[in-house]
Amino acid sequence: MEAAMDLVRRMPPGSTETALNALLSLLPDHSIDLLSQVDLPLQVCMDKESLKEYILCEYNRDADSYRSPWSNKYEPPLEDGTVPSEDMRNLEIEANEVFSVYRDQYYEGGISSVYIWEDEDKGFIACFLIKKDGQGKRGYMQIGSWDAIHVIQVGPEEEGAAHYCLNSTVMLSLTTDNKQSGTFNLSGSIRRQMSMTLAVADGHLVNMGKMIEEMEGKLRNSLDQVYFGKTKEMVCTLRPPPEVLNMRLPDR
Amino acid sequence: MRGCADVRALLGDEAVYEAAAAEAFPEYNKAHLVSLELPDRSGDIIITTYGELDKNNYLDPRTAQVATVNHIKQNCTELRPAADEELPSAYIEEFRSALDVELSKYVGEAYPKGVCAVYCTSGKDIEGPGANFGFAAVISAARRSPQNFCNGSWRSIWTLEFSDESQFVEIKGKIQVGAHYFEEGNVQLDTNIDYKYSTILQSAEDCAVSVTNIIRHHESEYLSSLEESYLNLSDATFKDLRRKLPVTRTLFAWHNTLALSLTRDLAKELAIGK
Repeated sequence: MEAAMDLVRRMPPGSTETALNALLSLLPDHSIDLLSQVDLPLQVCMDKESLKEYILCEYNRDADSYRSPWSNKYEPPLEDGTVPSEDMRNLEIEANEVFSVYRDQYYEGGISSVYIWEDEDKGFIACFLIKKDGQGKRGYMQIGSWDAIHVIQVGPEEEGAAHYCLNSTVMLSLTTDNKQSGTFNLSGSIRRQMSMTLAVADGHLVNMGKMIEEMEGKLRNSLDQVYFGKTKEMVCTLRPPPEVLNMRLPDR
Repeated sequence: MRGCADVRALLGDEAVYEAAAAEAFPEYNKAHLVSLELPDRSGDIIITTYGELDKNNYLDPRTAQVATVNHIKQNCTELRPAADEELPSAYIEEFRSALDVELSKYVGEAYPKGVCAVYCTSGKDIEGPGANFGFAAVISAARRSPQNFCNGSWRSIWTLEFSDESQFVEIKGKIQVGAHYFEEGNVQLDTNIDYKYSTILQSAEDCAVSVTNIIRHHESEYLSSLEESYLNLSDATFKDLRRKLPVTRTLFAWHNTLALSLTRDLAKELAIGK
């Protein structure tokens, strides 16, 4: 299992699905672990009532059906599909509303879904998902995709405060293609964790939202500055740009 | 090589691993134009289909030697002088070696750890003018530094068709650049571009100079365009996926979300009222 995860972490991000399928056939006994630990690009389904799209994940799945956060119904329909308690469902409805606005402001498009359910130890778990793909409104990309998965475990409220543990994964791929520069693709994924104990006075949603916003900012910044930067550094090590070469000339 | 240990552990069967590795490594080595040091330390040999005599034997056209390669260990085990029939005629060799000399000069200047080779791909037995022949010029520069969590490679293949009828050399190029950074994440760059060009067929030396100039020109242009793609990345391309800040240029107003959902409800009711 460790070897499998080690390999997945090094595969070209675009081949993750192929790799997962290969690993599943090699390690059928670990299929549950593999499916939950290997992140694949998010899939989307249409809510037939509201005609709004929602994101599929392990957290809204029951058997082979997925629950829509908009109508609270399963597709394909499921008679006795599990649904959150009324309290959780109310929070879920509000979270989906608010998170849609958040998503629109940062992503200028895309799809988001939030799923919330009770945890065994009196707290709850919330899963915030964002999927954005296509060319983008400015048209710089030929094709791009961003999938964000944020899972927050919220502990029971004690003396007006609760403990929040956030696990986030971002998977992205962007490709530009033009005559002068050819095909240029950067893709990858990173995972980070963040824990905080916060006062619940402002409500769970505000706390969770702020954590996710901070985390997304950090992840985006790392990808942009660190990860993309490192691949550029590598290119310039392989073939230094002329200004670097000229600086070296006096040494010869 | 950590990947190999992982695959070996996953398969849990040495024979299956050996069989899979025997298939996979030659493919990888050829696709990535892996270069290996010759046993006599006279230089490096590039693993490419252009120099492949059989599965484990590769021609080094510059030193006119044939190296036996261990694909899995990625080293050369033996070296022998190439047989006459494995080498081009004196007439072709004049063109080939002239280009090899010019190209090596250029690669030495442009790539700190670059290697190159020029192979004859067709018409190697032609004794003089009056027939067509073809070359492949291969450039490979790679860095492996797993201790710094990064790897990268620059690979160019330039194929040249020397046409006797038209007295032109048709040049086609393909450049592929890859980079991988995997410290607490996994981010990969993968780029490629194709070029097409032609130049007049002249003497061996003049051809070598003009072909190398074309290669130098396109490869420097390509590097600049890669740098430009990176420059546009953060402010344009990446912004199209997710902005650094919302359209409002301030952090999201989570505190106003209650008001926000109320406004929404209101808006909905109004919409229904209409």
